[in-house]
Amino acid sequence: MRLYWRVLKYMREYWVPQAVAYLCMLAINGVLILSPQITRRIIDVGIGKQQMDVLAWMSLALVGLTVLRGAFRFGEGYLSELVSQGIAYRMRNQLYWKLHSLSFSYHDRAQTGQLLSRATSDVERLRELTGRGLLRLVDSIVLLISTTVVLLRMQPTLAVLSLAVMPLVAIIMRRYMAQQQPAFRERQNLMAVMTTRLEQNLLGVSVVRGFAQEPQEIARFAAVNDDIYDISMVTARRSSFTMPFIVLLASIGTVLILWIGGRMVIAGQLTLGALVAFNSYVLQLVNPMRRLGFIVTRLVEAHASAERVFEILDAESEVKNKPGAIELGPIRGEVTFEHVSFQYVGGSKVLDDVSFHVEPGQVVALLGPTGAGKSTITNLIPRFYDVTEGRVLIDGIDVRDVTLESLRRQIGIVLQETQLFGSTVRENITFGRPDATEEEMIAAAKAAAAHDFIMRFPKGYDTEVGERGITLSGGQRQRIAIARALLLNPRILILDDATSSVDTETEQQIQKALEALMEGRTSFIIAQRVSTVRNADLILVVDRGRIVAQGRHEDLIRESGVYADIYYRQLRQEDRVPQMALAGRDG
Amino acid sequence: MSISFAPGGFHPPHIHADRYGEIEGKPFDVHITRRLLGYLRPYRREMALAVLFMLVSSGLTLLTPYLIKKTIDEHIAVGNAQGLRTMALAILGCFVLDFFAQWRQRYTLNKVGNNILRTMRDQLFRHYQVLSMSFFDQRGTGTLISRMLSDVGVINELLSQGIVTMAGDIVMVVSVSIVMIAINAPLALLSLSVLPVMALSAYLFGKKARAAFRRTREKVSILTGRLAEDINAMRVIEAFAQEDRMSREFDQINRDNRDANVSAVALSSFFTPAMEVLSVIATCIILWVGGRAVAGGTLTLGVIVAFLTYTSRLFQPVLDLSMVFTTWQAAMAGGERIFEILDLVPDVKDAPSAKPLTDVRGHIVFDHVDFEYVPGVPVLQDVSFEIKPGETVALVGATGAGKTTIALLLVRFYDVTGGRILIDGHDIREIKVADLRRLLGVVPQEPFLFQGTIAYNIAFGRPEATREEIIAAAKAANAHDFIMRLPNGYDTEVLESSTNLSLGQRQLICLARVILAQPQILILDEATSSVDLRTEGLIQDALEKLMAGRTSLVIAHRLATVQRAGQILVVDEGRIIERGTHAELLALNGVYAQLYRTQFLTLEEAPVAVGAK
Repeated sequence: MRLYWRVLKYMREYWVPQAVAYLCMLAINGVLILSPQITRRIIDVGIGKQQMDVLAWMSLALVGLTVLRGAFRFGEGYLSELVSQGIAYRMRNQLYWKLHSLSFSYHDRAQTGQLLSRATSDVERLRELTGRGLLRLVDSIVLLISTTVVLLRMQPTLAVLSLAVMPLVAIIMRRYMAQQQPAFRERQNLMAVMTTRLEQNLLGVSVVRGFAQEPQEIARFAAVNDDIYDISMVTARRSSFTMPFIVLLASIGTVLILWIGGRMVIAGQLTLGALVAFNSYVLQLVNPMRRLGFIVTRLVEAHASAERVFEILDAESEVKNKPGAIELGPIRGEVTFEHVSFQYVGGSKVLDDVSFHVEPGQVVALLGPTGAGKSTITNLIPRFYDVTEGRVLIDGIDVRDVTLESLRRQIGIVLQETQLFGSTVRENITFGRPDATEEEMIAAAKAAAAHDFIMRFPKGYDTEVGERGITLSGGQRQRIAIARALLLNPRILILDDATSSVDTETEQQIQKALEALMEGRTSFIIAQRVSTVRNADLILVVDRGRIVAQGRHEDLIRESGVYADIYYRQLRQEDRVPQMALAGRDG
Repeated sequence: MSISFAPGGFHPPHIHADRYGEIEGKPFDVHITRRLLGYLRPYRREMALAVLFMLVSSGLTLLTPYLIKKTIDEHIAVGNAQGLRTMALAILGCFVLDFFAQWRQRYTLNKVGNNILRTMRDQLFRHYQVLSMSFFDQRGTGTLISRMLSDVGVINELLSQGIVTMAGDIVMVVSVSIVMIAINAPLALLSLSVLPVMALSAYLFGKKARAAFRRTREKVSILTGRLAEDINAMRVIEAFAQEDRMSREFDQINRDNRDANVSAVALSSFFTPAMEVLSVIATCIILWVGGRAVAGGTLTLGVIVAFLTYTSRLFQPVLDLSMVFTTWQAAMAGGERIFEILDLVPDVKDAPSAKPLTDVRGHIVFDHVDFEYVPGVPVLQDVSFEIKPGETVALVGATGAGKTTIALLLVRFYDVTGGRILIDGHDIREIKVADLRRLLGVVPQEPFLFQGTIAYNIAFGRPEATREEIIAAAKAANAHDFIMRLPNGYDTEVLESSTNLSLGQRQLICLARVILAQPQILILDEATSSVDLRTEGLIQDALEKLMAGRTSLVIAHRLATVQRAGQILVVDEGRIIERGTHAELLALNGVYAQLYRTQFLTLEEAPVAVGAK
């Protein structure tokens, strides 16, 4: 019930068109009652008494009334759609907003398919409920109540008789709703599972093809498709029985009236005319009951959908602006980690007592084996996650004390995985600063060694990339992502293995450009290549969530066994250099 | 975003998914309709049954009021208590029968509808599995999902509910018309004269409605697509604090979707009342003409009353038909979008003469291969090389030179536009695609993992592998240790965002996946670019063991990896510009030597390192 109220609250914003839609609905009922009276007059007076002018006028009135009813019907249909679409629109926007405000840890656990099916099919179900669904519900209830009142006034004994089945109907409906609810919930979940499977299959298409696993994928999809079929049939079996059954119960009322009422007429306790009139009203009860049964199904479905939608809307973001968070002014770029520990929700400890201090303008390199926690460290700086213990300070201010926007705007980050949008190169580079000038954008692209290859595209910066455009190589995408971060002109720059897919020559170009750009900026670099790391002001050697050594190259090579090990191993590997190469170096 | 394995260079132009909207289609497309109805064919029996139940049920709805009237007139009015009881029981019987008919009709229709839904989804999914890679390059994931969900749904609505309603309505219209003609032909024809007008307006309306419904289908697919993209890109959006702007853009798309729906409904909300007005005009014609006839004594009042009852029985189904017509329009728009995909013929498919491949030695020849994604923009030109069985060939060159494209052509994700590729002397287009791909093992640039456990991901290419085999493969890829450190070991779920695994770890899992699949030919595309060097050193041995006796194609930026290759090909702007062994290429002192020196120099600048040697 609480959930229904919450859905209904969305209508408040549209109460004017909604009210008009309901008035139209009532007006339609009025016209429906009026029309037969006119027809009767035409027949009785117009034709029966040969008054041709009455015939003419009344015919015109009939047409006029129908036009009027048409107008009401249009108003009802159009306005209720307007309202319900407006509500769906509002809900989707809210969901979208909410998804943005939720922290990384939420998105780590969430599945795209799930979120997608909630924002589309569940919202659609709620829309149907708030539009026609509710309108028909109110329509039916109004009709039921008014008919009941009329019946009670006409003949209380008979009325009680005809309404006797009502409690039974109510019990059946309640039981029906209780049974269907879990089934509908299950079906919506399965729909989301199916969406996810499909999405995964589409995203991983090259792996599926590469391993010739199409038959297995088809089987997996068919399995969930079958589950959906089965659960749909479970609900269908119940609904196709219950709905006609409710109508049958209502009809039994009619038969009772006819029988018992008939006996009363025979016994002289009731006039025949009264019975006929009474019976025609009783018949009017059947249709709204029929509709009610249909709407009840919709109501139950909508309940499952409402749960799923509100579950997202009610999700608490773990990372959010705390009350009274201050706007972070322009920073110098000093970064301090104080005994920082971190673990993902439900996961094991990823960082353990990490402490270091970076002066403004320093270059920090993070080095360590795959999965050691390097990315996790850099993810804590723009506060993608909150530390579990300890503090992260920028210019001496705890990152949790400032607003997220003011913090993130001053940090440029190139994530390990380069996510580009399906739009033009230009829009991708200027993503963080849509107002950047052409010159600024080109300068950023040049610094990221991206300008040249972009200019080779047929439409240069206006070339579409991604799903509908050209497909970029891994290295090209990384460079666009770097340009995107550089354009922000951030005080703190984080490059998370940003050049892993770039060839060495290009990487060197980028490095040179970056060196100039990093002047005066605090930068964090995660890299696998020691060559990238060697000139850093501070090297953090990370292993299994701890900083096992920190310092400059010269010191670490002497003092840290781990660092020296990594360093020499790499040298040996890249070092199988015949004399020829060394000779070539001079010539 | 294109996932894994992204070829450098150009890609097909924008064959936009929405080719609709420009043309106002015919309101009634015979081909689409016939194909839609084709889905009902397996359920002919059920549909016939449903129609039968429907007829029984509507017959009973007509019969019951008559019985009630009879009861009142002939039994109650004359005080026949005995007859009253019989009649009451008969009416009760009618209601029970009606209940039964309705129950079975609903159930049957639901069954047919759900079956069709299942079939269409299955069909679409199967088709997605055979469509060419170029298709996925052009379509957004969201769009493809939306076809599966919402377009299929609208079609089902028509096929399951709509068709039966329509059948019933048509039966009703025809039978009532016949009765009316039998009673009084001139008056009947006169009142039926509005039918052609109704048909014409339905036709005109259909034209507009289809365009409107098409727009709604398009908008919802744009909306879904945008949502899918943004949900995936949420991290970037948050990192760049662009939530406001993205929300504004989404708001626009969301608004467009709302408006498209509202205007489509406005059309149909207008249509139904317009039809009602037409039906009332028919009523007035009867009253007017009939009234004069009564005055002239050529007609009885009873006939007019009967006619009025019949016209209301006639036009109600006509109105219902117009509702079905709306469903029809929506289904047609959906059908169009689905058949558009189902009709796509994959570029890459088994040739009729395709042979299964047996006893592969792994001899690969690229014979003057040309390739272009976009006609007129060559990506590969005249690429020829040979890999002898068991040999390792390395591809070296700048990003975007065409190295990945060479690998993509070998696994036949795309077909060459010129020349041919041979494996053991067979053109790969003459080999069954599934056989070819089972033969080849690819470790792609971007490691894609599916949702599911780590074990599931490793065994992806060989689902029947035992746990021991999976562990052995993981050990070979040096992934076992970190996997064992995860909370549930091999049964740890890979999150969709893969945040519980680093990029390097994912590369290792992909490597294990290929090791387990035991392909005869290996393709490593930057397979270890994000793995730290210590780990890479360890994998190197595993890789060497794996590559021993296998034909391998290796793409790498780190030249250290490629030095031991039997042959190194330097690719530049789609051509092979140098080839030879490491020593030969250094002696040649060309592009390769230059590349090698740059990489080497950066390292050698460290004096300590030289000393340490």
